[in-house]
Amino acid sequence: MSNAVDTATSKRRGSSVPFLKRLKSLVTVLLTVLLTLVGLLFVTFIIGRVMPVDPVLAIVGERASQDIYDAAYKSLGLDKPLMVQFGIFLKQIAQGDFGISNLTARPVSEDILRVFPATLELATVGTIFGVLFGVPMGVMAAVNEGKWQDQVVRFVGLFGYSMPIFWIGLVGLIIFYGLLDWVGGPGRLDVYYEDVIPVVTGLILVDSLIEGDLDIFWNAFSHIILPASILGYYSLAYISRMTRSFMLEQLSQEYITTARVKGLSERAVIWRHALGNVMIPLITVIALSYANLLEGSVLTEIIFAWPGLGSYLTTALLSADMNAVIGGTVVVGLIFVGLNLLSDFLYKVVDPRAR
Amino acid sequence: MSIDTLSDDQGIKGWLTSESPESRFHAQMVQLYAGWQSLVANRLAFLGFMIIVLLVLVAIFAPLLATHDPSLQDLKATLLPPFTDGHILGTDDSGRDIWSRIIYGSRITLFIVALVAFTAPVFGLLVGTVSGYLGGWVDTVLMRITDIFLAFPRLVLALAFVSALGAGIENAILAISLTAWPPYARIARAETLTIRNSDYIAAIQLQGAGRLRIILGHIWPMCMSSLIVRVTLDMAGIILTAAGLGFLGLGAQPPSPEWGAMISSGRQFIHDHWWIATMPGLAIFIVSLGFNLLGDGLRDILDPKKAQS
Amino acid sequence: MNKPLLEVEDLWVRFASKKRVVEAVRGISFSVGRERVGIVGESGSGKSMTGRSILRLVRHPGQVDAKKIHFDGQDLQALSEKEMRDVRGHKISLVMQDPKFSLNPVMKVGDQISEAYRVHTNASKAEARSRSIEMLNAVQIRNPERVYDSYPHEVSGGMGQRIMIAMMLIPEPDLLIADEPTSALDVTVQRRVLQIMDKLVQERGMGLIFISHDLNLVASFCDRVIIMYGGRIVETCRADELQNAKHPYTRGLLNALPDIHQPKDQLSVLERDPKWIEDPSVDAFL
Repeated sequence: MSNAVDTATSKRRGSSVPFLKRLKSLVTVLLTVLLTLVGLLFVTFIIGRVMPVDPVLAIVGERASQDIYDAAYKSLGLDKPLMVQFGIFLKQIAQGDFGISNLTARPVSEDILRVFPATLELATVGTIFGVLFGVPMGVMAAVNEGKWQDQVVRFVGLFGYSMPIFWIGLVGLIIFYGLLDWVGGPGRLDVYYEDVIPVVTGLILVDSLIEGDLDIFWNAFSHIILPASILGYYSLAYISRMTRSFMLEQLSQEYITTARVKGLSERAVIWRHALGNVMIPLITVIALSYANLLEGSVLTEIIFAWPGLGSYLTTALLSADMNAVIGGTVVVGLIFVGLNLLSDFLYKVVDPRAR
Repeated sequence: MSIDTLSDDQGIKGWLTSESPESRFHAQMVQLYAGWQSLVANRLAFLGFMIIVLLVLVAIFAPLLATHDPSLQDLKATLLPPFTDGHILGTDDSGRDIWSRIIYGSRITLFIVALVAFTAPVFGLLVGTVSGYLGGWVDTVLMRITDIFLAFPRLVLALAFVSALGAGIENAILAISLTAWPPYARIARAETLTIRNSDYIAAIQLQGAGRLRIILGHIWPMCMSSLIVRVTLDMAGIILTAAGLGFLGLGAQPPSPEWGAMISSGRQFIHDHWWIATMPGLAIFIVSLGFNLLGDGLRDILDPKKAQS
Repeated sequence: MNKPLLEVEDLWVRFASKKRVVEAVRGISFSVGRERVGIVGESGSGKSMTGRSILRLVRHPGQVDAKKIHFDGQDLQALSEKEMRDVRGHKISLVMQDPKFSLNPVMKVGDQISEAYRVHTNASKAEARSRSIEMLNAVQIRNPERVYDSYPHEVSGGMGQRIMIAMMLIPEPDLLIADEPTSALDVTVQRRVLQIMDKLVQERGMGLIFISHDLNLVASFCDRVIIMYGGRIVETCRADELQNAKHPYTRGLLNALPDIHQPKDQLSVLERDPKWIEDPSVDAFL
């Protein structure tokens, strides 16, 4: 019995052992991530190699002589074995060098840095929308399991899952921009506002506030609201469904009965006790949905002429701009891996058992 | 504890609701009937089921339902609004009948769905169960590979595959399957891990059953219900991805009446001739809603843990 | 041991599914004063549902009906949900089986105890903290300050259950329902936890309903014993007169127990008579 009391003490006494353990698990995590990244790069590399485009022709042009062609072929390292080529490729990427884009004639890394903030802005606003509405909706559905509120939330979610995003974007543009003129049209800003404010973060909503230009802020807001709501609706569908099922699971736990036995109001039981536990798995869900929006906004960006990573990648794919495709795909994969790591980290912060 | 049995029917219904089945077949029928009943009772799920049945029927009887040849161009009757000159949903910019094109397009959608549904889950199941059952380095390697594929966004990876392999419906299906299997592998592995150490697997091992036999005969059936639910729920996503590829011009090629491609070609006329892009969009929406409703209902039925009381 | 604190008459708990209605508790009547009453029965006998239905904690699809559930003269069935919250914790409390599940895993132990105190009082945070630490002392936890700031997974089962008892007694209820409070604990700590609980209940002159499957344990800790079978009360008697119990089920339970003073070669196996299910429930009033 008395040693039970000492559990807390022993944790402090033996702090050197957990440190080694923690170091070991950190190394394991890093190795896993590294392995995943290399695998990711390998798949991308292979896709790039089997693409039916001649990278040499893309550089020297159709009418170059055989000598020039051969020289370019060699300088690209294409005469070496595949694995050596992959090694060179890895080395370049480790240095942040994705090569030159054939389409924009600029380094791919520069291009990506330029287009990424647009995607980041869109996905962030969308995720905020999804969390703000999705979590309360999921909670409401779980608390009223089987009642009409549950059915409504379920239907709203399934509706979101079933919508072709490019189609709803088109229809949304016709109605809210074409007919009603409630929102801004395609692009991030009206044409006469473009390139007015200096780029600090690349996020126009933030940059305009830094500059103190509210006109531009509202203009950017009117442009982002429709695509972000559409993306947000998609993430709402996912988040509300997951929140509902996590919540149902927690509500059937004994500690919920304990909270009720104490005489707590139903509000405190749900929002303080149950949601505190739901937040832990929900972090992973939100991170995943954020990653999906960062990567999966390809079609939305095309419909709304949003100059982000998705548009860039698609244009590159369609015009067989290999370096740009590989660069974009690698960045997208990096985001996914990064967000996964981040959610693991947050998980440990929120869950006392994982510390 | 006393139990009041309320239903006490006789005849076929009695046989189907029997609580003491006499044979394995009988038990399966009882279970199937119970599932069917909960499906009918769940109105939304039943609606989804009816939508899919309708899709299949439309695809089969397309020649009877179509009013026109789906690829017949009539340059004298372009961009007609719905309900003019016998064109129920109007015509597109080449004067083709949109109704008939949507009807025939259902065949393409069904083709994509069927092919993906029979390739990706099977591959995922194989990888997941082998990985989960064998464990050790096989598990590590297979799961690493799964993670790598999982780390790619589906559409981007499909885009990359298609542009590497060349645009076209077959390549689009291949690309979707290649990107769709990792989640199934994960699910199958998780199920396998919970089954692997159960006593009845140990009993089969003691009887001398081989690994292959255990995986195929005893682990696969246990993974089925969660896999079926997941596949049904994924179908909508697959339809949307295929339509997205079609929309980008990387899926089915014109003049094929693929719904996504139809939206894409109607896009430039959307402000004045809204129906060209709207109608196929509605078709996509209804079909994926059908799959989602059914999948959601199936989850309740097949997963008694989460089913409502 | 005079006026009854809790009076229950003709209590039914039913679970209806599509096909059938399962009756977990079937028309039982009993009362509890400021005494220790044990409810004994095997799993499924309806003993836990009895405890929870008093606090109106039986969740959907369970349904509770009774002619009368009175506490301290107050008709609990007539209370609104809001008024009922004032009864829970403040007047009647419940200690559950396993502290591993009944404590909120992501909330500090101390915060959970303070919360129980603050719902029913206007105490400030600091006051609640010092009261909680006092209470942790009362359940004989050494170093209560440190335990206050720890999480449930950092404490052992025995300590967890003592924390639970502290949490349930801090608003000073009149009646404590203990639902298998020691079944999930190691045998070595069971007695100790029970003694602590018993001491606190005695000191405060509270009523105790001790729900258990362990007839011996109940007999040694309680004043009165109620024996349940199939959702009904089959027998009730004073704990010290248990040896004179008449019902064959009780007799069977007694004979199935080994006795260190009168060792037997073979313990008898409990034989069940389907007739017991049909027998009317015995009233267990004071």
